[in-house]
Amino acid sequence: MVHKAKRAQKLRAFLIFGGLVALTLIAFITLTTLEDNLVFFRSPSDLATKPAPVGQKLRVGGLVLEDSMMRQDLTVNFIVTDLNNKINVRYTGILPDLFREGQGVVAEGAFDPSGVFVAETVLAKHDETYMPPEVAEALKNAGQWQGDQDAR
Amino acid sequence: MLVELGHFALILAFLITLVQGSLSLVGARRQSDYLIGVGLKAAQIQCLLLTLSFMALVYAFLRSDFSVLLVATNSHINKPLIYKFAGTWGNHEGSMLLWALMLALYGAAFALFSKQIPLGFRARVIGVHGFMSLTFLAFILFTSNPFERLLPAPFEGNGLNPILQDPALAAHPPLLYAGYVGFSITFAFALAAMLYSKIERDWAVWVRRWVLVSWIFLTLGIGLGSFWAYYELGWGGFWFWDPVENASLMPWLAGTALLHSVMATARNGQFMRWTLLLAILTYALSLVGTFLVRSGVLTSVHAFANDPERGIFILLIIVVSVGAALAIYARAMRQELPSVGTNLISRESALMLNNVFLATATSTVFIGTLYPLFVDALGYGKISVGSPYFAAVLTPICVPFFMLLPFGPFLSWQKSLATQFIKPLLVAITLAALSVAVFWQIRPSLGVPVAFALLGAFWLIFGACAAPLARARLFETGWISRLIRLPRPLYAATLAHAGIGVMVLGIIGATAWREEVVVAANAGDRLSIGTYDFVFDGVQTHEGPNYLAERGSLRFLSGARAGDVLYPEKRVYQAERSQTTEAAIDISLMRHVYAALGETLEDGRRVVRVWLHPLVVLIWMGGLMMSLGGLIGLTARRAA
Repeated sequence: MVHKAKRAQKLRAFLIFGGLVALTLIAFITLTTLEDNLVFFRSPSDLATKPAPVGQKLRVGGLVLEDSMMRQDLTVNFIVTDLNNKINVRYTGILPDLFREGQGVVAEGAFDPSGVFVAETVLAKHDETYMPPEVAEALKNAGQWQGDQDAR
Repeated sequence: MLVELGHFALILAFLITLVQGSLSLVGARRQSDYLIGVGLKAAQIQCLLLTLSFMALVYAFLRSDFSVLLVATNSHINKPLIYKFAGTWGNHEGSMLLWALMLALYGAAFALFSKQIPLGFRARVIGVHGFMSLTFLAFILFTSNPFERLLPAPFEGNGLNPILQDPALAAHPPLLYAGYVGFSITFAFALAAMLYSKIERDWAVWVRRWVLVSWIFLTLGIGLGSFWAYYELGWGGFWFWDPVENASLMPWLAGTALLHSVMATARNGQFMRWTLLLAILTYALSLVGTFLVRSGVLTSVHAFANDPERGIFILLIIVVSVGAALAIYARAMRQELPSVGTNLISRESALMLNNVFLATATSTVFIGTLYPLFVDALGYGKISVGSPYFAAVLTPICVPFFMLLPFGPFLSWQKSLATQFIKPLLVAITLAALSVAVFWQIRPSLGVPVAFALLGAFWLIFGACAAPLARARLFETGWISRLIRLPRPLYAATLAHAGIGVMVLGIIGATAWREEVVVAANAGDRLSIGTYDFVFDGVQTHEGPNYLAERGSLRFLSGARAGDVLYPEKRVYQAERSQTTEAAIDISLMRHVYAALGETLEDGRRVVRVWLHPLVVLIWMGGLMMSLGGLIGLTARRAA
């Protein structure tokens, strides 16, 4: 009886463990196979050397170029730059509160056939002294990083 | 002066934790009641000192003492008093001190309210807990000292990030931390149990209430945070699958699993190994959450300014404490544990399934949240994992989980018969199907996937209610008095499980049926959404205590609300030179009308955005029901 109970327990432990492993594996496969799940970050310089295919979902980031913002009804056009290269971005909707020219920004969307990046979302930050890590790195790679004075 | 006193108290508390940790553990080994007594007292003194220290910081904030660096960088003379107070933990250093204070409060509470537990066990818990406090106080003193001075003191502070100047967010960190930190006691319990040469099941009996308390706080904290994001960020969303949000979801999922497995362990030692491991991992996930939020390694919409050096320190705390715990676990698991047999249809099996689902959900969220870190470390570039992943992996977990969930409370320990649940659950599924039919009448364009989701939500609600009603033998004489006298844990389960259904209902309403209108409007323009018509009456300026607001007016033209006005605002906080969007929400049980004001266009028109969120309030009501269920469970003497 004791022996039997023990075997049942072993089996149960095996089932639990096996189930966990299997489900985790499924999660992992879902993650790596479905292209929509992963969104790559590209800096303007990355895109200058290796342009992204039209329609592929991406995140781009950098600084919003001064005086580049143009409004037309609900649509806003602006330029994101790492101070070496530039991307034209178009967004329709209400911009986050901390969106400002000269500030770091991350936009998620895809390029249209004319080469304009159409953003679905523009990421808002809670903190204006905050610099998205990708943007900071993009600026560093472009040799345009001003040091840590504004990243606290 | 008081600031120095606070700083001194903090250093003293740090030293006391050393006494608390070492004397308690030595006392436990030597079975010295005297040493153990000192250890337990030390936990209370540590708590007193940290309370003093925290009060000193609060005082510095209330008095706007800008000679303290932290106050100067995070506060401002003109800030309303409540936000001066809440501003104490609206920054990294202050929030870490709050974390340490919570840790000490739990330690002292344990020292005071655990007299029914044998002295040797109490000593082990309080000893382990002392060392956990030690690591955190070292972290604060060496990397994040809140009492650092700034000389000469400026006349004016930089102010608090205006987005944090909100009642919900003032209460959010204390609640969330009370949840996170509560699992430190659970962790200490597990270690204490494993420090004995033979593991007894008693620890699971004693730990149940502590798990519940932490879980209730965590549930409330997450709910409040999500509600804040909903109305303050002006996007009308309630959950974004953002790393910082996932950081709190992981310990919640693990904690929910622990809550269930500990019942079986407390009863007869079932799942002993698993429950011990889960207790360790739940706290580990709380620490990982803190690490993700505080180190800024992941891009998050909720990220604040942060410092990698601190991240490394927290990582070190995680590696050391969890590593040590797992080493003790590995050693303890070499002993033979009594094996308990059970039948397929039993409460035990139900709890096991619950844990399989919850553990899988935890690990999938974990993979999705940390995957970008691995990819980046391997040099494959920067990526982010978005909601499609979480929807894709969590749906196949939630569907069978929710289908099986109502069966759980019907099952008895050891062995159950299908006759116990077949009839009541058939009634429940019929009622659920009827409810979906009613919805189909109201919204003919429902669609099959949404109909199935609705069926699931109602199945959870009616299924949860079926258990107590069936147990009281509904409609047989005397059923009301039987219903009242049912064991409290059954009520707790009913309320919490029905809460999940209510929450699912809210999520369906807010995602499948939401409507959105964005217009550029002149004063006098009309707009409509759903069955509502509005007229935009333009924008007026209006002065708040420390901000200037542009206030738009949106007047209802038709229906029962005719004449009522919504006032969405854009606020400019002068001191902080930043802007916030204050949405205006017309709240009722059936729907929210959510209005936000955008910027002014060149031709003078104003961007106005209006959402209709049907049933959205149920999301947070469901969360409240779960917490309330937990509270009822807390008052019960036994688990089930």
